[in-house]
Amino acid sequence: MPTPEQIKERIAAAFPGAPVELVPNGSPAGQPSLLLEPGRARDIARFLRDDPELRFDYASNVTGVDWPERLEKPKPGEPAARKTPAFLEAVYHLYSMALGHGPLVIRLRTGDRAAHVTLPSLTPVWRSCEFQEREIFDLFGIIFDGHPDLRRLLMWDNFAGHPMRKDYAPARDPEAEP
Amino acid sequence: MNPHPQNDLSPHGIVLTTIEDLYNWGRKNSLWPLQFGLACCAIEMIAASMARFDMARFGAEVFRPSPRQADLMIVSGTVTKKMAPQVVRLFNQMPEPKYVIAMGACAICGGPFRDGYNVLQGIDLYIPVDVYIPGCPPRPEALLEGLIHLQEKIARQRLAAPGCPTRLPESASGEFPVPQFGAHDLVGPRLRQPRTPDANS
Repeated sequence: MPTPEQIKERIAAAFPGAPVELVPNGSPAGQPSLLLEPGRARDIARFLRDDPELRFDYASNVTGVDWPERLEKPKPGEPAARKTPAFLEAVYHLYSMALGHGPLVIRLRTGDRAAHVTLPSLTPVWRSCEFQEREIFDLFGIIFDGHPDLRRLLMWDNFAGHPMRKDYAPARDPEAEP
Repeated sequence: MNPHPQNDLSPHGIVLTTIEDLYNWGRKNSLWPLQFGLACCAIEMIAASMARFDMARFGAEVFRPSPRQADLMIVSGTVTKKMAPQVVRLFNQMPEPKYVIAMGACAICGGPFRDGYNVLQGIDLYIPVDVYIPGCPPRPEALLEGLIHLQEKIARQRLAAPGCPTRLPESASGEFPVPQFGAHDLVGPRLRQPRTPDANS
Protein backbone atom coordinates (compact mmCIF):
# COMPACT_ATOMS: atom_id res chain seq x y z
CA MET A 1 0.00 0.00 0.00
CA PRO A 2 1.28 3.49 -0.73
CA THR A 3 2.15 5.42 2.39
CA PRO A 4 -0.19 8.20 3.51
CA GLU A 5 2.43 10.66 2.29
CA GLN A 6 2.34 9.13 -1.19
CA ILE A 7 -1.46 9.09 -1.17
CA LYS A 8 -1.41 12.75 -0.22
CA GLU A 9 0.85 13.51 -3.16
CA ARG A 10 -1.43 11.54 -5.45
CA ILE A 11 -4.45 13.50 -4.28
CA ALA A 12 -2.56 16.77 -4.71
CA ALA A 13 -1.70 15.80 -8.28
CA ALA A 14 -5.30 14.94 -9.14
CA PHE A 15 -6.88 17.89 -7.32
CA PRO A 16 -4.66 20.94 -7.71
CA GLY A 17 -5.18 23.36 -4.90
CA ALA A 18 -7.17 20.99 -2.73
CA PRO A 19 -5.65 21.23 0.72
CA VAL A 20 -4.98 17.78 2.17
CA GLU A 21 -3.22 17.82 5.49
CA LEU A 22 -1.27 14.94 7.00
CA VAL A 23 -2.28 14.51 10.65
CA PRO A 24 0.60 12.87 12.53
CA ASN A 25 -0.07 10.26 15.18
CA GLY A 26 2.23 10.25 18.17
CA SER A 27 0.90 7.07 19.69
CA PRO A 28 2.69 3.70 19.39
CA ALA A 29 0.48 2.87 16.40
CA GLY A 30 2.16 5.76 14.58
CA GLN A 31 -0.48 5.73 11.88
CA PRO A 32 -0.93 9.14 10.27
CA SER A 33 -4.23 10.12 8.75
CA LEU A 34 -5.35 12.50 6.03
CA LEU A 35 -7.43 15.56 6.85
CA LEU A 36 -9.63 16.49 3.90
CA GLU A 37 -11.26 19.79 3.19
CA PRO A 38 -15.03 19.24 3.52
CA GLY A 39 -15.81 21.17 0.35
CA ARG A 40 -14.10 18.68 -1.96
CA ALA A 41 -14.15 15.64 0.31
CA ARG A 42 -16.66 13.68 -1.73
CA ASP A 43 -14.71 14.13 -4.96
CA ILE A 44 -11.50 13.10 -3.21
CA ALA A 45 -13.28 10.12 -1.65
CA ARG A 46 -14.51 9.02 -5.05
CA PHE A 47 -10.94 9.38 -6.33
CA LEU A 48 -9.66 7.19 -3.47
CA ARG A 49 -12.24 4.57 -4.38
CA ASP A 50 -11.70 4.59 -8.15
CA ASP A 51 -7.98 5.29 -8.57
CA PRO A 52 -6.44 2.08 -10.00
CA GLU A 53 -3.50 2.12 -7.58
CA LEU A 54 -5.55 2.87 -4.46
CA ARG A 55 -9.01 1.32 -4.96
CA PHE A 56 -10.24 1.87 -1.41
CA ASP A 57 -13.54 0.13 -2.08
CA TYR A 58 -14.55 -0.59 1.51
CA ALA A 59 -15.24 1.82 4.38
CA SER A 60 -15.11 -0.49 7.36
CA ASN A 61 -15.71 2.00 10.13
CA VAL A 62 -16.96 5.55 10.55
CA THR A 63 -16.88 7.26 13.89
CA GLY A 64 -17.05 10.69 15.43
CA VAL A 65 -14.83 12.65 17.78
CA ASP A 66 -15.75 15.68 19.84
CA TRP A 67 -12.84 18.04 20.29
CA PRO A 68 -13.49 20.76 22.82
CA GLU A 69 -11.48 23.95 22.85
CA ARG A 70 -7.99 23.14 24.09
CA LEU A 71 -4.48 24.52 24.53
CA GLU A 72 -1.73 22.93 22.49
CA LYS A 73 1.90 22.80 23.51
CA PRO A 74 3.85 25.58 21.78
CA LYS A 75 5.91 24.43 18.84
CA PRO A 76 9.58 25.44 18.75
CA GLY A 77 9.78 29.12 17.94
CA GLU A 78 6.31 29.96 19.19
CA PRO A 79 6.10 32.10 22.28
CA ALA A 80 2.94 30.75 23.90
CA ALA A 81 0.55 27.86 23.75
CA ARG A 82 -1.89 28.00 20.89
CA LYS A 83 -5.57 27.78 21.55
CA THR A 84 -7.28 25.31 19.21
CA PRO A 85 -10.91 26.05 18.57
CA ALA A 86 -13.53 23.43 19.25
CA PHE A 87 -14.80 21.28 16.42
CA LEU A 88 -16.37 17.93 15.63
CA GLU A 89 -14.65 15.32 13.53
CA ALA A 90 -15.78 12.37 11.43
CA VAL A 91 -13.19 9.62 10.94
CA TYR A 92 -13.36 7.05 8.16
CA HIS A 93 -11.33 3.83 7.99
CA LEU A 94 -10.85 2.66 4.42
CA TYR A 95 -9.64 -0.68 3.11
CA SER A 96 -9.16 -2.09 -0.35
CA MET A 97 -10.73 -5.49 -0.86
CA ALA A 98 -9.50 -5.59 -4.46
CA LEU A 99 -5.84 -4.89 -3.70
CA GLY A 100 -5.79 -6.21 -0.13
CA HIS A 101 -4.39 -3.17 1.59
CA GLY A 102 -5.44 -0.72 4.24
CA PRO A 103 -6.40 0.87 6.46
CA LEU A 104 -6.26 4.46 5.37
CA VAL A 105 -7.73 6.89 7.90
CA ILE A 106 -9.33 10.07 6.60
CA ARG A 107 -10.82 12.83 8.71
CA LEU A 108 -13.33 15.61 8.11
CA ARG A 109 -13.69 18.50 10.53
CA THR A 110 -16.58 20.87 11.11
CA GLY A 111 -16.17 24.60 11.55
CA ASP A 112 -17.27 24.60 15.18
CA ARG A 113 -19.55 22.66 17.54
CA ALA A 114 -22.70 24.76 17.25
CA ALA A 115 -23.59 26.55 14.03
CA HIS A 116 -21.30 25.03 11.41
CA VAL A 117 -21.67 21.31 11.89
CA THR A 118 -22.41 20.26 8.31
CA LEU A 119 -20.10 17.85 6.50
CA PRO A 120 -20.56 16.17 3.14
CA SER A 121 -21.91 12.65 3.43
CA LEU A 122 -19.71 9.95 1.97
CA THR A 123 -22.62 7.48 1.76
CA PRO A 124 -22.93 8.11 -2.00
CA VAL A 125 -19.34 6.87 -2.30
CA TRP A 126 -19.39 4.01 0.23
CA ARG A 127 -22.86 2.65 0.96
CA SER A 128 -21.62 1.09 4.21
CA CYS A 129 -21.37 4.58 5.74
CA GLU A 130 -25.13 5.00 5.85
CA PHE A 131 -25.94 3.68 9.33
CA GLN A 132 -22.69 4.87 10.86
CA GLU A 133 -23.21 8.42 9.63
CA ARG A 134 -26.72 8.25 11.07
CA GLU A 135 -25.21 7.17 14.38
CA ILE A 136 -22.75 10.09 14.31
CA PHE A 137 -25.62 12.46 13.50
CA ASP A 138 -27.52 11.00 16.45
CA LEU A 139 -24.77 10.98 19.06
CA PHE A 140 -22.50 13.85 17.98
CA GLY A 141 -24.81 16.12 16.00
CA ILE A 142 -22.86 16.31 12.75
CA ILE A 143 -25.24 16.96 9.84
CA PHE A 144 -24.24 14.96 6.76
CA ASP A 145 -25.20 16.81 3.62
CA GLY A 146 -26.33 14.46 0.88
CA HIS A 147 -27.14 11.52 3.17
CA PRO A 148 -30.14 9.61 1.78
CA ASP A 149 -31.93 9.04 5.11
CA LEU A 150 -30.53 11.18 7.91
CA ARG A 151 -32.55 10.23 11.00
CA ARG A 152 -31.57 9.36 14.54
CA LEU A 153 -30.43 5.77 14.86
CA LEU A 154 -30.13 4.85 18.54
CA MET A 155 -32.12 7.52 20.39
CA TRP A 156 -35.77 8.27 19.75
CA ASP A 157 -36.80 10.90 17.24
CA ASN A 158 -37.82 13.69 19.63
CA PHE A 159 -34.75 13.26 21.85
CA ALA A 160 -32.96 16.54 22.55
CA GLY A 161 -29.18 16.79 22.52
CA HIS A 162 -26.31 14.58 21.45
CA PRO A 163 -25.21 12.20 24.20
CA MET A 164 -21.64 11.50 23.07
CA ARG A 165 -20.60 15.12 23.15
CA LYS A 166 -18.23 15.80 25.99
CA ASP A 167 -20.42 18.52 27.49
CA TYR A 168 -23.58 16.43 27.45
CA ALA A 169 -25.06 16.06 30.91
CA PRO A 170 -28.00 13.68 31.19
CA ALA A 171 -31.05 15.44 32.47
CA ARG A 172 -31.38 14.67 36.15
CA ASP A 173 -34.57 12.86 36.95
CA PRO A 174 -36.82 15.35 38.75
CA GLU A 175 -38.57 12.50 40.58
CA ALA A 176 -35.36 10.87 41.82
CA GLU A 177 -34.62 11.12 45.49
CA PRO A 178 -31.99 13.76 46.24
CA MET B 1 -59.45 -38.65 62.70
CA ASN B 2 -56.05 -39.24 61.23
CA PRO B 3 -54.50 -35.83 60.57
CA HIS B 4 -52.45 -37.17 57.67
CA PRO B 5 -54.68 -39.52 55.70
CA GLN B 6 -52.39 -39.26 52.71
CA ASN B 7 -49.70 -41.17 54.61
CA ASP B 8 -52.06 -44.08 55.14
CA LEU B 9 -53.58 -44.00 51.66
CA SER B 10 -50.52 -43.63 49.44
CA PRO B 11 -49.31 -47.23 49.90
CA HIS B 12 -52.62 -48.25 48.39
CA GLY B 13 -52.14 -46.07 45.32
CA ILE B 14 -54.58 -43.38 46.40
CA VAL B 15 -53.71 -39.69 46.16
CA LEU B 16 -55.59 -37.21 48.28
CA THR B 17 -55.30 -33.57 47.26
CA THR B 18 -57.26 -30.38 46.71
CA ILE B 19 -58.36 -28.81 43.46
CA GLU B 20 -56.19 -25.84 44.33
CA ASP B 21 -53.04 -27.91 44.74
CA LEU B 22 -53.76 -29.84 41.57
CA TYR B 23 -54.38 -26.65 39.62
CA ASN B 24 -51.23 -24.96 40.88
CA TRP B 25 -49.22 -28.12 40.28
CA GLY B 26 -50.22 -27.95 36.66
CA ARG B 27 -49.60 -24.22 36.34
CA LYS B 28 -46.20 -24.16 37.97
CA ASN B 29 -44.90 -27.02 35.85
CA SER B 30 -45.96 -25.58 32.53
CA LEU B 31 -44.68 -22.01 32.58
CA TRP B 32 -44.31 -20.79 29.02
CA PRO B 33 -41.77 -17.98 28.77
CA LEU B 34 -42.02 -15.23 26.20
CA GLN B 35 -39.27 -15.69 23.66
CA PHE B 36 -37.16 -12.58 23.61
CA GLY B 37 -33.75 -11.57 24.87
CA LEU B 38 -32.25 -8.14 25.40
CA ALA B 39 -28.51 -8.58 25.99
CA CYS B 40 -25.84 -11.01 27.19
CA CYS B 41 -28.16 -12.48 29.87
CA ALA B 42 -30.19 -13.85 26.98
CA ILE B 43 -27.22 -16.03 26.05
CA GLU B 44 -27.33 -17.58 29.52
CA MET B 45 -31.10 -17.97 29.20
CA ILE B 46 -30.60 -19.80 25.91
CA ALA B 47 -27.95 -21.99 27.53
CA ALA B 48 -30.39 -22.78 30.35
CA SER B 49 -32.97 -23.94 27.83
CA MET B 50 -30.55 -26.16 25.92
CA ALA B 51 -29.61 -29.77 26.61
CA ARG B 52 -26.86 -29.20 29.17
CA PHE B 53 -29.02 -27.36 31.71
CA ASP B 54 -32.36 -28.33 30.20
CA MET B 55 -35.08 -26.06 31.49
CA ALA B 56 -37.54 -28.63 30.14
CA ARG B 57 -36.99 -30.54 33.40
CA PHE B 58 -39.06 -27.80 35.02
CA GLY B 59 -41.62 -27.56 32.27
CA ALA B 60 -40.52 -24.11 31.13
CA GLU B 61 -38.96 -24.96 27.79
CA VAL B 62 -41.82 -23.88 25.52
CA PHE B 63 -40.61 -20.40 24.59
CA ARG B 64 -43.53 -18.70 22.88
CA PRO B 65 -43.02 -16.14 20.14
CA SER B 66 -46.38 -14.52 20.93
CA PRO B 67 -47.20 -12.74 24.20
CA ARG B 68 -50.77 -14.09 23.97
CA GLN B 69 -49.46 -17.59 24.64
CA ALA B 70 -46.91 -16.76 27.34
CA ASP B 71 -47.19 -16.83 31.15
CA LEU B 72 -43.69 -15.73 32.02
CA MET B 73 -41.61 -12.78 30.92
CA ILE B 74 -37.88 -13.25 31.49
CA VAL B 75 -36.37 -9.78 31.18
CA SER B 76 -32.89 -10.93 30.29
CA GLY B 77 -30.52 -8.03 29.87
CA THR B 78 -30.13 -4.28 29.70
CA VAL B 79 -33.38 -2.48 29.04
CA THR B 80 -32.69 0.65 27.06
CA LYS B 81 -35.05 3.56 27.37
CA LYS B 82 -35.89 3.16 23.72
CA MET B 83 -36.82 -0.50 24.28
CA ALA B 84 -38.75 -0.06 27.54
CA PRO B 85 -42.13 0.92 25.99
CA GLN B 86 -42.08 -2.22 23.84
CA VAL B 87 -41.30 -4.42 26.86
CA VAL B 88 -44.19 -2.90 28.83
CA ARG B 89 -46.50 -3.25 25.84
CA LEU B 90 -45.59 -6.93 25.45
CA PHE B 91 -46.26 -7.47 29.15
CA ASN B 92 -49.66 -5.82 28.78
CA GLN B 93 -50.46 -8.20 25.94
CA MET B 94 -49.81 -11.31 28.03
CA PRO B 95 -52.89 -12.93 29.57
CA GLU B 96 -53.30 -13.22 33.34
CA PRO B 97 -51.97 -14.89 35.38
CA LYS B 98 -48.52 -13.73 34.32
CA TYR B 99 -45.16 -13.49 35.99
CA VAL B 100 -41.94 -11.54 35.51
CA ILE B 101 -38.36 -12.58 36.21
CA ALA B 102 -35.80 -9.76 36.19
CA MET B 103 -32.64 -11.57 35.14
CA GLY B 104 -29.30 -9.93 35.83
CA ALA B 105 -28.11 -6.68 37.33
CA CYS B 106 -29.24 -4.59 34.36
CA ALA B 107 -32.86 -5.71 34.44
CA ILE B 108 -32.90 -5.17 38.21
CA CYS B 109 -31.37 -1.68 38.42
CA GLY B 110 -29.44 -0.84 35.26
CA GLY B 111 -26.34 -2.70 36.43
CA PRO B 112 -22.96 -1.37 35.34
CA PHE B 113 -24.67 0.85 32.76
CA ARG B 114 -27.15 2.50 35.13
CA ASP B 115 -25.75 6.01 34.60
CA GLY B 116 -25.92 5.71 30.83
CA TYR B 117 -28.02 8.16 28.89
CA ASN B 118 -30.16 5.42 27.38
CA VAL B 119 -30.38 2.81 30.16
CA LEU B 120 -33.49 2.15 32.22
CA GLN B 121 -32.73 1.83 35.93
CA GLY B 122 -34.66 -1.36 36.44
CA ILE B 123 -37.64 -2.85 34.63
CA ASP B 124 -39.58 -2.76 37.92
CA LEU B 125 -40.03 0.97 37.32
CA TYR B 126 -42.80 0.01 34.93
CA ILE B 127 -43.88 -3.61 35.48
CA PRO B 128 -44.11 -5.67 38.69
CA VAL B 129 -41.30 -8.21 39.11
CA ASP B 130 -41.84 -11.53 40.91
CA VAL B 131 -38.29 -12.88 41.09
CA TYR B 132 -35.03 -10.96 40.91
CA ILE B 133 -31.95 -12.95 39.83
CA PRO B 134 -28.72 -11.06 40.56
CA GLY B 135 -25.57 -11.71 38.57
CA CYS B 136 -23.74 -10.27 35.62
CA PRO B 137 -24.83 -12.37 33.90
CA PRO B 138 -26.37 -15.03 36.18
CA ARG B 139 -25.31 -18.56 35.38
CA PRO B 140 -27.96 -20.93 34.00
CA GLU B 141 -28.17 -22.60 37.43
CA ALA B 142 -29.15 -19.23 38.88
CA LEU B 143 -31.94 -18.88 36.35
CA LEU B 144 -33.17 -22.37 37.24
CA GLU B 145 -33.00 -21.42 40.94
CA GLY B 146 -35.09 -18.34 40.19
CA LEU B 147 -37.53 -20.45 38.22
CA ILE B 148 -37.89 -22.85 41.18
CA HIS B 149 -38.54 -19.88 43.48
CA LEU B 150 -41.23 -18.72 41.08
CA GLN B 151 -42.76 -22.21 41.08
CA GLU B 152 -42.86 -22.15 44.88
CA LYS B 153 -44.53 -18.76 44.73
CA ILE B 154 -47.14 -20.08 42.30
CA ALA B 155 -47.76 -23.12 44.49
CA ARG B 156 -48.60 -20.80 47.41
CA GLN B 157 -51.12 -18.78 45.44
CA ARG B 158 -54.81 -19.28 46.14
CA LEU B 159 -57.49 -19.64 43.54
CA ALA B 160 -60.10 -17.44 45.17
CA ALA B 161 -58.80 -15.49 48.10
CA PRO B 162 -56.54 -12.56 48.83
CA GLY B 163 -53.31 -13.27 47.02
CA CYS B 164 -54.99 -15.16 44.20
CA PRO B 165 -53.15 -15.23 40.85
CA THR B 166 -54.98 -12.31 39.29
CA ARG B 167 -53.06 -9.23 40.35
CA LEU B 168 -55.76 -6.64 39.84
CA PRO B 169 -59.42 -6.16 40.69
CA GLU B 170 -61.79 -6.92 37.85
CA SER B 171 -62.66 -3.26 37.47
CA ALA B 172 -59.08 -2.42 36.55
CA SER B 173 -57.99 -2.54 32.95
CA GLY B 174 -55.07 -4.79 33.81
CA GLU B 175 -52.71 -2.66 31.78
CA PHE B 176 -49.62 -0.97 33.06
CA PRO B 177 -48.97 2.50 31.65
CA VAL B 178 -46.59 2.46 28.71
CA PRO B 179 -43.85 5.08 29.15
CA GLN B 180 -43.62 7.81 26.54
CA PHE B 181 -40.53 9.36 24.98
CA GLY B 182 -39.69 12.77 26.43
CA ALA B 183 -37.00 15.23 25.45
CA HIS B 184 -34.32 13.55 27.57
CA ASP B 185 -35.95 10.70 29.43
CA LEU B 186 -39.02 8.52 29.55
CA VAL B 187 -42.08 10.29 30.86
CA GLY B 188 -45.24 8.86 32.35
CA PRO B 189 -46.35 7.25 35.60
CA ARG B 190 -44.07 4.74 37.30
CA LEU B 191 -44.51 1.97 39.83
CA ARG B 192 -41.70 3.25 42.04
CA GLN B 193 -39.19 6.05 42.22
CA PRO B 194 -35.75 5.46 40.79
CA ARG B 195 -33.17 4.72 43.43
CA THR B 196 -30.12 6.94 43.65
CA PRO B 197 -26.74 6.06 45.14
CA ASP B 198 -27.13 8.90 47.63
CA ALA B 199 -30.42 7.59 48.91
CA ASN B 200 -29.00 4.12 49.50
CA SER B 201 -25.90 5.16 51.40
